[in-house]
Amino acid sequence: MAMTLDVNGKPLAVKAAPDTPLLWVLRDELQLTGTKYGCGVSQCGACTVLVDGQPTRSCVTPIEGLAAAKITTIESLGGAHPVQAAWVKHDVPQCGYCQSGQIMSAVALLAKTPKPTEADIDGAMDGHICRCGTYQRIRAAIKDAAGLTPAAVAPVAPAKV
Amino acid sequence: MNAPLTPANITGATRREVVVSATLVGGALLVGCSPGDLLSVGAKTEFGAFGPFIKIGADGAVTVVSKHIEFGQGNHTGLAAIVAEELDADWTKVKVEQAPAIAKVYANTGMGVQGTGGSSAISNSWDQLRKAGASARAMFVEAAANKWSAPVGEISVKDSVVSHAGSAKSATFAELLPDAAKVTPPAAPTLKDPKTFTLIGTDKVRRKDSQAKSDGTARFTQDVHLPDMLVAMVAHAPRFGAKVATFDAAEAKKVPGVVEVYQIPTGVAVVAENTWAAKKGRDALSVTWNEDAAEKRSSATILAQYKDLASGKTPATDKMKWQAFESKGDITKATGDAFEATYDFPFLAHATMEPMNCVAQVSMGKAKLTFGSQIPTVDQLNTAKIVAMLPGAVEIETLFAGGSFGRRANFQSDYVAECVEIAKKVGKDRPVKLVWTREDDMTAGYFRPIVHHTVRVTLDKDGYPASWRHRVVTQSIMKGSPMGEPKLDETAVEGTKGSPYLKATPIVDAQLIQPDVGVPVLWWRSVGATHTAFAMEHTIDQLARKAGKDPVEYRRAIYTKAGANRHLAVLNLAAEKAGWPKAAADGWSRGVAVHESFGSVVAQIAEVKLVDGVPKLGKVITAVDCGTAISPDQIAAQMEGGTCYGLSAALFGQVTLKDGAVEQTNFDTYRVLRNTEAPTVETYIVPSGNAPSGVGEPGTPVIAPAVANAILAMTGQGTTSLPFVKA
Repeated sequence: MAMTLDVNGKPLAVKAAPDTPLLWVLRDELQLTGTKYGCGVSQCGACTVLVDGQPTRSCVTPIEGLAAAKITTIESLGGAHPVQAAWVKHDVPQCGYCQSGQIMSAVALLAKTPKPTEADIDGAMDGHICRCGTYQRIRAAIKDAAGLTPAAVAPVAPAKV
Repeated sequence: MNAPLTPANITGATRREVVVSATLVGGALLVGCSPGDLLSVGAKTEFGAFGPFIKIGADGAVTVVSKHIEFGQGNHTGLAAIVAEELDADWTKVKVEQAPAIAKVYANTGMGVQGTGGSSAISNSWDQLRKAGASARAMFVEAAANKWSAPVGEISVKDSVVSHAGSAKSATFAELLPDAAKVTPPAAPTLKDPKTFTLIGTDKVRRKDSQAKSDGTARFTQDVHLPDMLVAMVAHAPRFGAKVATFDAAEAKKVPGVVEVYQIPTGVAVVAENTWAAKKGRDALSVTWNEDAAEKRSSATILAQYKDLASGKTPATDKMKWQAFESKGDITKATGDAFEATYDFPFLAHATMEPMNCVAQVSMGKAKLTFGSQIPTVDQLNTAKIVAMLPGAVEIETLFAGGSFGRRANFQSDYVAECVEIAKKVGKDRPVKLVWTREDDMTAGYFRPIVHHTVRVTLDKDGYPASWRHRVVTQSIMKGSPMGEPKLDETAVEGTKGSPYLKATPIVDAQLIQPDVGVPVLWWRSVGATHTAFAMEHTIDQLARKAGKDPVEYRRAIYTKAGANRHLAVLNLAAEKAGWPKAAADGWSRGVAVHESFGSVVAQIAEVKLVDGVPKLGKVITAVDCGTAISPDQIAAQMEGGTCYGLSAALFGQVTLKDGAVEQTNFDTYRVLRNTEAPTVETYIVPSGNAPSGVGEPGTPVIAPAVANAILAMTGQGTTSLPFVKA
């Protein structure tokens, strides 16, 4: 019962049963492992991909409804996307496990709202959990990618005696 | 360990001999005789010209080998910077790779076994890696001096280029590599004067893994795909200590993709061709449990029993005694008006973003693990016991882990052993990836234990503590330690024990009692400080209030009396940056707290307001003394992250048991901090010439008392239990 999914602009035949969540098809069958499993119940955002441009929790999205959809994963951004560049510039990641999902939501936010307000960022990012607590850098990186001035980075005293 | 064991004669050993060897090697830890050597039998110990920590490729590229796992702390970056500084390597091209499990060469110098914990990655490696870097540098310098017939003292190195100004000659590491590799490494290489550091302590020391962690290529255990690999999920008992009574696998085996079902010591394992099939198969299992030996108490019952112990209502027994951990003077002579408080702390889950998981391959005489191993030596030992091998021969490839906060380091290697049991059943070297769901992870125990503190303090005529009586009741997390159970479980009292407040108090009677509870418990980022910092810092603020003194001034006076100069320095820096004692903005309050853990001292001043009774954080001014700062930006990152981790627990964190069963199963019931709830943390580092001390944990324990103290300043009410938000 194979079906074809449009993943990152390529039609890919998959064998998984129609009720299989997109997350496991991406990770296990297509080996696109940048998208992470975190909770399985749409609570943490680690599995976020874009479906027709909309941030979508792939852990609760069965593939059966996705035959006509365009699916975009972290792998498609290429590594130098402005949001990714801002993430690297601000050294946002710590353990890094949640960051693919965070980045996908930030990309969707800026595509729709190029100059987001604090409230826009709240709305887009509050569904994502980061247990390392990189939240303030995520906020700074989004503003930077949007060409807004992030809040001043914490001033650090010279470490020399 | 007199007869040298080599891979050759191990191969010829009988199964029984190998089992006995494994037992002996395990026992060696108990008696403390050079475990690193014993545990490395069977492991590779040959390294390149520059030793086990540095590899230099033909292109001159420097790779630093990290003996420590990277799960967010930034240690890969800090460790690489130490080497690059002494080696004068081109930092922009330095790479980091993870060391294999070889205790003999990669032991944590503070632990004696290979492992990451206690915020010690940088501090225990400081001398070791400076020497490694300086030694490699000396080899290049000598090679150049010989080649150019120039005095060693006239050779300089910068950004991986070796130069001689007098002859205007220069050569890259790549060009000199063949000659440098032949130089005998100096026995005692000369280290740089820290005043001449050009990399350490600068903003050039940025993370080496940000790109891979921003483009999806960073490899975690969850991402391992090996040819022919199976995925396993396990049905676990609903109560701790229960065992499988019966199970029926018929329905599970009907799930397409399910390969086999096995009973293992921790439950019933379903192995399948992929994760979703494993989950559907696991969900289709029918298992009954024998709960005769299970823990069936509720967490509320356990806490009530702790309170009865602390109040004396329940007496100690021969098996469970009160242990004094600080005492001076005669507490019966304490007089005057007393301040009394009790503090209760719940079970906490680590709730790492990546649930626990492991990949294992087992065949006759071979075991390989691929996962985020935090204490590889202990994981080798526990694996060796299951597969009857020498621990040193158990191969471990350590990957990035999606957080740990202590969870991946436990004496039983719980989830690792479970994976190895399944891989042993599967056998034939076939890789098995054990995947825990969020629910498996959250209900598996290894929680920060429930803790109860009772404090009674009398004040002298000036309002400072004259006597301090302190009782701590909590489970021991050191039970079952292969290093031997300590006489006093320091992890339960660290932070109360050693507090400058006790040092400055003439009469002290501080005692600990540790009941047995059938719930696995474990260190949780900052360990004892998760509760002792709160008990001490919230008590001090309430004492200052009782004495009618400003909480910063009150602390200053006590630190001065106790000679706690580092506490004083961070407090003064935070107070200066926060503009203390100027009033907070309308509707806001401010709270201060200071705590030392893992060799570092952190002071925070937090802006707090109450929104519908829930604390909302504004700016958190943080000052830290962590010795020599290697990466100021990553120190700030750890203060930001540590604060969020501590705040998450303070506001919302609690695991409760109902009749022994864990009630929280996922992030909908175990609430954690989200982006809109995160404070803005500003970090200031106290300049220091001391060796580096911990950074990963000391940022965690200070925020909870800072928030409680802000609420105290606002409402006059003390906080007697965490979390602040009960439901």
